[in-house]
Amino acid sequence: MTSLPPETQKKLGLVIDLDTCVGCHACATNCKEWNTGGHSAPLTDVNPYSRDPDGVWFNRIHSFEIDRGANGVGMTVNFPRSCLHCEKAACVTVCPTGASYKRAEDGIVLVNDEKCIGCKLCSWACPYGAREFDVTKGVMKKCTLCIDRIYNENLDEIDRQPACVITCPVGARHFGDLGDPGSEVSKLVVARHGRDLMPEMGYKPTNKYLPPRPRKLDPALLGAPLELKPRKTKKGEKILAWVDNLLSR
Amino acid sequence: MHPALSVIFFTTATGAGYGFLALLGIFGASGLLPSDRWMGLSGLIVALGLITTGLLSSTFHLGHPERAWRAFTQWRSSWLSREGVASVLTYIPALLLGVGWVVFQDVSGFWAVMGVLAAVLSWLTVACTAMIYRSLRPIHQWHNDFTVPSYIVLSLMSGAVLMSALTKLFSIDNGYIQGLTVITLAIGWALKSAYWNFNKKSKGLPTVNSAIGVDAGRVNVLEAPHTSDNYLLKEMGFKVARKHAERLRLLSHVMGFALPLLFSLIALFTTGATAVIASVLAWALCSLGILVERWLFFAEAKHSVTLYYGEQTV
Repeated sequence: MTSLPPETQKKLGLVIDLDTCVGCHACATNCKEWNTGGHSAPLTDVNPYSRDPDGVWFNRIHSFEIDRGANGVGMTVNFPRSCLHCEKAACVTVCPTGASYKRAEDGIVLVNDEKCIGCKLCSWACPYGAREFDVTKGVMKKCTLCIDRIYNENLDEIDRQPACVITCPVGARHFGDLGDPGSEVSKLVVARHGRDLMPEMGYKPTNKYLPPRPRKLDPALLGAPLELKPRKTKKGEKILAWVDNLLSR
Repeated sequence: MHPALSVIFFTTATGAGYGFLALLGIFGASGLLPSDRWMGLSGLIVALGLITTGLLSSTFHLGHPERAWRAFTQWRSSWLSREGVASVLTYIPALLLGVGWVVFQDVSGFWAVMGVLAAVLSWLTVACTAMIYRSLRPIHQWHNDFTVPSYIVLSLMSGAVLMSALTKLFSIDNGYIQGLTVITLAIGWALKSAYWNFNKKSKGLPTVNSAIGVDAGRVNVLEAPHTSDNYLLKEMGFKVARKHAERLRLLSHVMGFALPLLFSLIALFTTGATAVIASVLAWALCSLGILVERWLFFAEAKHSVTLYYGEQTV
């Protein structure tokens, strides 16, 4: 059914910290690694070792530079982009076949690749570019929130998280239930003023992004000394320096 | 958006086909067309031929055309599914109209009701096609109040141009048919001009700032996530050079509307060979002009995903 569930029991999703993300692409690489054997496998590549390589990825890492004019401070923002598992996911409702669906139990948006006719309309309906067409399989593919990891009882409990989250070397990605106000991710969103992407579209994305913290420019705010004074040289050090100089000839 | 030839052909061919079928049903039912067997047969072959080849061509861009039947199931939520259902339902009254017209040479009573029903379902199908585009919020150039009226009027217009060419070939001089052609061409031209003007001025709500969730500052791409074009850029990141767009728009103004309007006016006030040539020219030019118009409809549409690839607004 491509009608959306009126409510989901949980709102599983990601919180992505744009302040700490270093743009290393590790999340995208581990996503590709896990998911090429997972629920929507394979994540096919076309011409991977020749000119114009192309392929299906669930996660793409953009890097932007933000120019705040003469008085502001410019900064680099690394921006991982993946499915936001929206509450009002139009990619689901436009699907003519019922292949796309949003799970009532946890809010995860999935594609049934046995029903997908590859009409691509869902990718047109997604403002965020989260869905990618697999030209070799003729079906649409998208992030599954690693549904085959997070409920996988063969894994240790600590490993039951999306591949992108578990691999992030700087802890910029967090996974949890955003429908539960008491969850760690929800607290993080409140503390750091987590944001929806393109809220004006009305898709109500589940995933939240934590904006970069304001940069501290005043050394006093960082607790650094206001000026640096050269250290006085002791007498003994001068003799040692003369010996060192002599032996170095 | 990538202007896929199969989808351009699909929307123009079915647009003309349904517009023509609707006029065939209405004019047939109201007795403005002869209930002659050959009139009905040639009319329905043209209408259903355009519709059927259009619908078939729309399956060419599918990843799994053999599963196309599944697209009839989700009419509760999906405009694409609704369009599929409406397009198939239209065949029922259209073929029954054909039975009355071709077999019994009778377009009155029950057969007339079928004609009207075929017209209503034709318009519904075209409206569903338009709603597929109208409902897509990420594409501002489609998600506006011009899309549905444009599709319906242009469908009626290309149907009327075709109808006047066909009736002139059958040596029928009907003021209503010719008049409708002139009127729909004029309304279609005005509507499309207003739409192009709207596109030039209006922009969608999202910006690159809202797309990445950072309010202040000018955002530039430092590094793309990949070294060559991916699916998103090939499908949604299509760009048409402004120079080419302007030339093609001029071509569409002239071939799609101005010249057909001129030739339709000539056909309205003349008879015989002049009227036949004028109406056939109007149809041929209009068809080419509408293909160009539809190409622009796709090529000039900007998807919000391009905000992640260097666009400031869409």
